Amino acid sequence: MSAVFNRVKEIIVEQLGVEPEEVKLEASFVDDLGADSLDIVELIMALEEEFDLQIPDEDAEKIRKVGEVIKYIEERK
Amino acid sequence: MELEGRVAIVTGSSRGIGRAIAIELSRRGAAIAVNYAGNAAAAQETAAVITAAGGRALAVRADVADQEQVEAMMKQILNEYGRLDILVNNAGITRDNLLPRLRESDWDAVLNVNLKGAYNCAKAVMRPMLKARWGRIINISSVVGLTGNAGQANYAAAKAGLIGFTKSLARELGSRSITVNAVAPGYIMTDMTDGLAEETKSKMLAGVPLNRFGKPEEIASAVAFLAGEGAGYITGQVIVVDGGMTM
Repeated sequence: MSAVFNRVKEIIVEQLGVEPEEVKLEASFVDDLGADSLDIVELIMALEEEFDLQIPDEDAEKIRKVGEVIKYIEERK
Repeated sequence: MELEGRVAIVTGSSRGIGRAIAIELSRRGAAIAVNYAGNAAAAQETAAVITAAGGRALAVRADVADQEQVEAMMKQILNEYGRLDILVNNAGITRDNLLPRLRESDWDAVLNVNLKGAYNCAKAVMRPMLKARWGRIINISSVVGLTGNAGQANYAAAKAGLIGFTKSLARELGSRSITVNAVAPGYIMTDMTDGLAEETKSKMLAGVPLNRFGKPEEIASAVAFLAGEGAGYITGQVIVVDGGMTM
């Protein structure tokens, strides 16, 4: 697993209060990890801080699964 | 003390109701950021009153209508105090006129400071409050926002707008233990009301069951109540402090 994945996983576990083993690449934030709309906003804020990124709304809306976040961040590093 | 360890920013607290709020929150233990737009001397005076009584105060300049200035100010407060728990959106201006004579610049100025200013400040404190899973946002509205007032279409629209803003934020942030409420003052003795003619004042008092104007301290105590732990189950409300004028 990549370093990005591990950092993202840590953030997701903390923000959403889920178990580390639930954070799989194909897991959906809303359907599998129980995130509501404010959780997603907070998650985006935390990711922006951790990776020193600005994630615009139009990109944030497209991110639904854990794997998509990893891909998004890796493409911009 | 009830607010020990908390940090509060009160916008427009160099004078008037804002100053009274800053002093009262400090008296209950909070460290205070005294925001001002132009009058640095008055803001320093508010800060001096607080520090003389043993509290912590920092005067911070920002025009609340300007998002960049607001963000820089919140950063400055976080650097100084390390946290931000309580936001009181108090900064307000008036540009009164009857609608046919109400200039677009008067409309914009009042909406920008009184309503957009609250949006700018609330947005800028989201990060620390969401992270802390605790927060208090208290918007200073006005009875005029509930009843309307001839000659104050801009001011009343902004103050009514704050109520809708308050209720929406209360719904958005409730799950994070951030409460959002409004306080709507009636006629309060400040520089803003000092200029009124005696005749106008006595006419105004005729509609006030308590038969006197309010004191800034009486707004401050309502705000301090909402800021405290004891008001943790109150959100999305408008507390009217007007001597019974509107009921």
